[in-house]
Amino acid sequence: MISNESDGKIIKKENRRDFLKYLLTTGLAGFALATIYPVISFLKPPKQREVKVSSVSAGLAKDFNTGDYKIIRFGKVPVIVIKDEEKDFRAFSATCTHLDCTVQYKKDEKIIWCACHNGKYDLHGRNISGPPPRPLDKFMVVLKDEEILVTKSS
Amino acid sequence: MDSRLQLSDLVKFMSKKYVPVHSHSVWYYFGGVSLFLFILQVVTGILLLFYYKGSSDQAYESVQFIMSKVEFGWLIRSIHAWSANLFILSVFIHMFSVFFEKAYRKPRELTWITGFFLFVLSLAFGFSGYLLPWNELAFFATKVGTDITGAVPFIGEPLKVFLRGGDDVTGATLSRFFGFHVALFPGIFVFLLILHLLFVQRQGMSEPIEASIKKEKLKTMPFFPNFFLRDLLLWLLVLNIIAILAVFFPAELGMKADPLAPAPAGIKPEWYFLFMFQTLKYFPAHILFIEGEVAGVLLFAVAGVLWLLVPFWDTKSSRGQLNRKINYLGVFAVLFIIILTIIGWIT
Ligand code: FES
Repeated sequence: MISNESDGKIIKKENRRDFLKYLLTTGLAGFALATIYPVISFLKPPKQREVKVSSVSAGLAKDFNTGDYKIIRFGKVPVIVIKDEEKDFRAFSATCTHLDCTVQYKKDEKIIWCACHNGKYDLHGRNISGPPPRPLDKFMVVLKDEEILVTKSS
Repeated sequence: MDSRLQLSDLVKFMSKKYVPVHSHSVWYYFGGVSLFLFILQVVTGILLLFYYKGSSDQAYESVQFIMSKVEFGWLIRSIHAWSANLFILSVFIHMFSVFFEKAYRKPRELTWITGFFLFVLSLAFGFSGYLLPWNELAFFATKVGTDITGAVPFIGEPLKVFLRGGDDVTGATLSRFFGFHVALFPGIFVFLLILHLLFVQRQGMSEPIEASIKKEKLKTMPFFPNFFLRDLLLWLLVLNIIAILAVFFPAELGMKADPLAPAPAGIKPEWYFLFMFQTLKYFPAHILFIEGEVAGVLLFAVAGVLWLLVPFWDTKSSRGQLNRKINYLGVFAVLFIIILTIIGWIT
């Protein structure tokens, strides 16, 4: 009788200890989570609202000589505008598809060239030699009374 | 004085520490040289902080100001730049000498592991510090460097955004790198360094395996004053070398970064990244179904982990036996790094 009673007490005590342990660990875990979560979220840069641009001016056509190029900002991305030998204007994303460098136009070779690792694109934006894995994104160019307007090609 | 600070205890303690003397003893000095260069970096770094401004519209101008207006500003910045390079060189030498001596073997596994992370942090110091002047070369080098981290499977893309503080390298990247360079990295570095030195202190200097196999008793020299004075002398020598380099080859600044300018030719990472960079170039665009860059990054990650864990898989050295394979591996690694660095440098 007596021993039974004390057994019960021991079990009760153990239950209580388990319960406390449980409380402590979940409490600690919760606390850790509550600390870490805001920190991680803080480190994630907030999404900037992208300004929707549909067309950007690249200046006046008469300011371009044949073979000239200019890099303009289209929203957040740089865009290269080229006046080629046929006196046509072309526009591509200026960000090299390899590792993000900004490209330039090489008049003498008639190619778009990335100096970082010698990547080359033709005048259609196709990657023709070097490491770039993909062609450059195309943009459309329209002339509106002498002004060069670059728009997204859909 | 002595009754207050018990200096004589300290001296007695230090003179009871012994440094083994043998034909490879020179290599013991590079840990100390690295430590000295780190201290020099902290001192010159703090000095530069008095004038440097970490934002994209002021960083370049503030460095220009340091170089041209601040008295001896050019000297402090040049020392910081030169000492950074020598620091990494010295860390490389220290690491490889420990590797060849197999000083990482039991019971010094933890010293090796803390050392490995100190090494990685040193490279991170270099990478983050490189961007801070906000010049053209650094801008594009950082673009390329962070874009490569994007090649890591799964975590690559979030990691890239985390590093850049956005999708692109902008002023936000500069702020982050500034924070890493002057607060986060030094904090972690000092913590690991203390551990590293404590382990060395507790366990004493490692002795070459050959000596313990032949059961010969090595000659030793007391740490204080003999080794300590030699250390000091060497540090002084290093400081002089840096001063000469800084005076005759001051750090350059170049052109200010302009996101709308095409990348200039000759974008190269710092010399200590060149071998990896050059290796990546040899990977074809696609290997089986993965991109070449991804394969390269994975390969270096695996090599890094193996390097980190060498005390655990080189069980032979830990048992006190000679392990030739480790030497071959080390020689291969050294040659690989040197040859690819040279190729990267001249092409
Ligand atoms: S970034 Fe253009 S070729 Fe590598």
